[in-house]
Amino acid sequence: MTSQILTNSMSPAWMISAKKSLAFKIASRTLLGTACIFFAVFFYNYTISRQTVLKTVEDNTRYLTLSTVHKIENTLLGIEKVPLYLAASLESQVYTRDILLKGIENVLNTNPEIYGAMVAFEPFSFDPQSRYYAPYICRKGDQLQSYDAETTFNYSFWDWYLIPRELGGPIWSEPYFDTEGGNIVMTTFSAPFYRKIHDDKVFSGVVTADLSLKWLKNIISEIKIYQSGYAFLISQTGVFVSHPNKDLIMNDSIFSIAEATGDMELRTIGRNMIHGKEGFVPLNHNLTGKISRMYYAPLQSTGWSVGVVVPEDELFAALKSLTLELVLIGAVGFTMLFLVIVFISGKMIRPISVLADKTAEIAKGNLDIDLPVSKSNDEIGDLTTSFENMRSALKEYIFDLKETTAIKERIESELKVAHTIQMSFLPKHFPPFPEKQEFDIYATLIPAREVGGDLYDFFLLDDKHLFFSIGDVSGKGVPAALFMAVTKTLMKGIATENLTPSDILERTNRELCVDNDTMMFCTVFCCILNFETGELAYSNAGHNPPLIISAEHKPEWLKVAPEVMLGVMEDIGYKTQLTTLEPGASLILYTDGVTEAMDHENKLYSNDRLIQMLEMEKSDCAQELVENIILSVREFVGAVAQSDDITVLALTFKGDSHPDCSSL
Amino acid sequence: MKDCGLISILKTGVLLFCILPFSAFCQDLQRVTFLPQWTPQAQFAGYYVAVQKGFYQKRGIDLRLLAGGPDSPPADMLLNRKTDFATLFLSDAIKLRSKGVDLVNVAQIGQKSGFILVAKKSSGINSPKDLNGKRVSLWSDFQIQPLAFFKKHQVQVTLIPQTYTINLFLRGGVDAACAMWYNEYHTILNSGVNADELTTFFFDQHGLNFPEDGIYCLSETLNKDDRIRQGVVSASIEGWRYAFDHPDEAIDIVMTYTQEAHIGANRVHQRWMLDRIRDISVISDKNTPMGTLSPDDFQTVASELKSGGIIDDIPNINEFYVPCLDDLR
Repeated sequence: MTSQILTNSMSPAWMISAKKSLAFKIASRTLLGTACIFFAVFFYNYTISRQTVLKTVEDNTRYLTLSTVHKIENTLLGIEKVPLYLAASLESQVYTRDILLKGIENVLNTNPEIYGAMVAFEPFSFDPQSRYYAPYICRKGDQLQSYDAETTFNYSFWDWYLIPRELGGPIWSEPYFDTEGGNIVMTTFSAPFYRKIHDDKVFSGVVTADLSLKWLKNIISEIKIYQSGYAFLISQTGVFVSHPNKDLIMNDSIFSIAEATGDMELRTIGRNMIHGKEGFVPLNHNLTGKISRMYYAPLQSTGWSVGVVVPEDELFAALKSLTLELVLIGAVGFTMLFLVIVFISGKMIRPISVLADKTAEIAKGNLDIDLPVSKSNDEIGDLTTSFENMRSALKEYIFDLKETTAIKERIESELKVAHTIQMSFLPKHFPPFPEKQEFDIYATLIPAREVGGDLYDFFLLDDKHLFFSIGDVSGKGVPAALFMAVTKTLMKGIATENLTPSDILERTNRELCVDNDTMMFCTVFCCILNFETGELAYSNAGHNPPLIISAEHKPEWLKVAPEVMLGVMEDIGYKTQLTTLEPGASLILYTDGVTEAMDHENKLYSNDRLIQMLEMEKSDCAQELVENIILSVREFVGAVAQSDDITVLALTFKGDSHPDCSSL
Repeated sequence: MKDCGLISILKTGVLLFCILPFSAFCQDLQRVTFLPQWTPQAQFAGYYVAVQKGFYQKRGIDLRLLAGGPDSPPADMLLNRKTDFATLFLSDAIKLRSKGVDLVNVAQIGQKSGFILVAKKSSGINSPKDLNGKRVSLWSDFQIQPLAFFKKHQVQVTLIPQTYTINLFLRGGVDAACAMWYNEYHTILNSGVNADELTTFFFDQHGLNFPEDGIYCLSETLNKDDRIRQGVVSASIEGWRYAFDHPDEAIDIVMTYTQEAHIGANRVHQRWMLDRIRDISVISDKNTPMGTLSPDDFQTVASELKSGGIIDDIPNINEFYVPCLDDLR
């Protein structure tokens, strides 16, 4: 009871979860598929967009870098011309001190971006009396200050002098702090000049122009790209000349930062920069504090390099927000899609779940329940119709089944009664004649169905004659049982002490043949035994020949004339045969249910097996013989269902010896 | 910190006030000037640290560091008595001494030569012999070692004067150049040249170990005051030890000097320099105090100078070297 309540209360919950999971499964799998496609498209789009953005940024930064380089180069080239011109004229003319000073002054007057200019001569080359001569004019506020005269200052070991001398060409110096001129970063352009002495081109000195890098810093610091993109400038040795972080300027180089941070990639980039290469590279946070992209290009004249840096988060800010929007739209879309699918699939599944509920009711046996009428012309409609058909067919079937079962039950109960009645026809009290010690008789009838067509009988005709018979009616079941009953009754009525077995058979046959419209027949073997003498009179109507077992337990077939069975021909005559049973001999009567019993391979039990079995049999007790034969048959057929009635009757003639069988 | 006034105390800090001996504030501190032979850098970290940590002051010395550089040659400054103390290379000092200048070495800080020759592998220089016929720039003041080196390896080179920078070498004007291991060599690396693109010749590995930086003064200076005699070297060496033990703090101090002097400097380079100065200054023998001048090294340098014709006579080491390590071992 408890378990039933439990089961009943469980099942709706199970149904609900099943319904949910089906809708959920459809929704989740559809969504999974859609999501895969969405993310593939999304990823593709992101990658392509990123590349496009990078390409655009590269173009923008290249343009910006190159235009900056161009702007700076223009100025530098303009400045280069001035000392180059002066150097050229120094090669062709001999200047006096005054003219030289005037010339330098003119340089400053006409080139406001030049901070100072100098002509430094090789020792003794300007004036053989004077070792060093290097007039220098620079700006002090609005005035020009001249540092003329011979000097003890040995300038020959300064870069601006020595390098152009040794390289044999003009150079831009590394940037330097000018402590005199207000701590501004300067660079100097030095152009060597030569004089012809005895057809030899002899180095005679350099013309320099000092350039404050303030203007250059302005150009660089004015560069703004995106929100915080910036430009920087490094010298030929990688030192920062201009950078938004002022602490780096003239202190650090791109290589010192690379060393401090252990960033070998940055060092490689730095090397490319100072080697005059151009490129667009990713930068990690070591240089810029942020993951960035940089375009760099060289200033050909100075060998310096301009880098334009853009933090990646700014480059991809738009893409990032677009991506975020896409993800949001995607999320909302997916949620809506999920709800729609759940709604639609729920709606589609609802008839199925109603159907499931109803069929659960049907399963419980309620066949009168109405199934929902499906309006849809789809699989669910078909399913509902099929269920309806099934329900009505089931209902009809169960109705029929009930009726049939009732009939069958009635017949069965009638058959049971019939069985009881039939069995009651047969003598079944053993030993039947306890006072008669001369013989021992025992018989068993095992019907294949409730009632059978086999028969056996025995009774005393007088105080020394025993009538016994065995028979087998054609067919089985009730008709055979009725025919058997008739045959047995007739034989019992007809058999008297004056009649021979053949007389009994003839008379019985005549009676049976009257109005035998069903054309049934019956084989019978009947005997009359004089149990005082052992004389046996017997007659056979088409029955299996019995076996006779001698006192020495040797079985053999009783010789019987093959004659026609009862109920076939009205006027047929039968023969009575005679034999004498020696004391201790047994007679075995049986029906074909014994010899034709089949095992699972459809092999027959057969006469031979019966003989063999009896040859082994040492008993001369009738009951034991019968039971052993039945046992042998049962062992042979095994689990195969009995197909025919089995009847065995055994009679042991004891004569005067009267051995007792009651011990069995 | 000229006076023991209130400002001075405030500047020095309360902590220092507690450490300083009472007498330091009651008497005038003994004023001393000290000239590092070049512009501010970690090569002189020990002296900056000693000043900043009050190591001189606690010995009763008010030491003023003068600005070194090309315009202040230390030998001239010493001779002209524009500075009491200066750092000099041992070879320079021996030259001066042999010329009769009465200067004395009070401490030899550098024990190994940091002077090297750097060459470009791209010029085909992998061994000393490869220098033959190459353009090599030399500092005019430091030619003894390289010339002895060339002689030893029997190479003829074209000598080019070397400026105060390494730019001529970087720009390809010469195939090899002089460099201090603790300075220019790292500058070259930090100018984008990789170490594997360079060949280096360490003079000390070629029997030419010329220890460099030492502290010098005229012998008359030592006689001025006991505090000077005992304190300057001890405080300087305490400064060096402190700098080697606290390199980050030492670099912080060095950087304040470089910034004041507007010298382009970065911590990476200064740290390299400090580490290398440590390598060449620390004496592995625990029983020999830092700042000791090895007689063997003295002999090597003096002999090379003599054989190079730079000096005529080798000065007496006992007159030349006056160890002033009294309170620090």
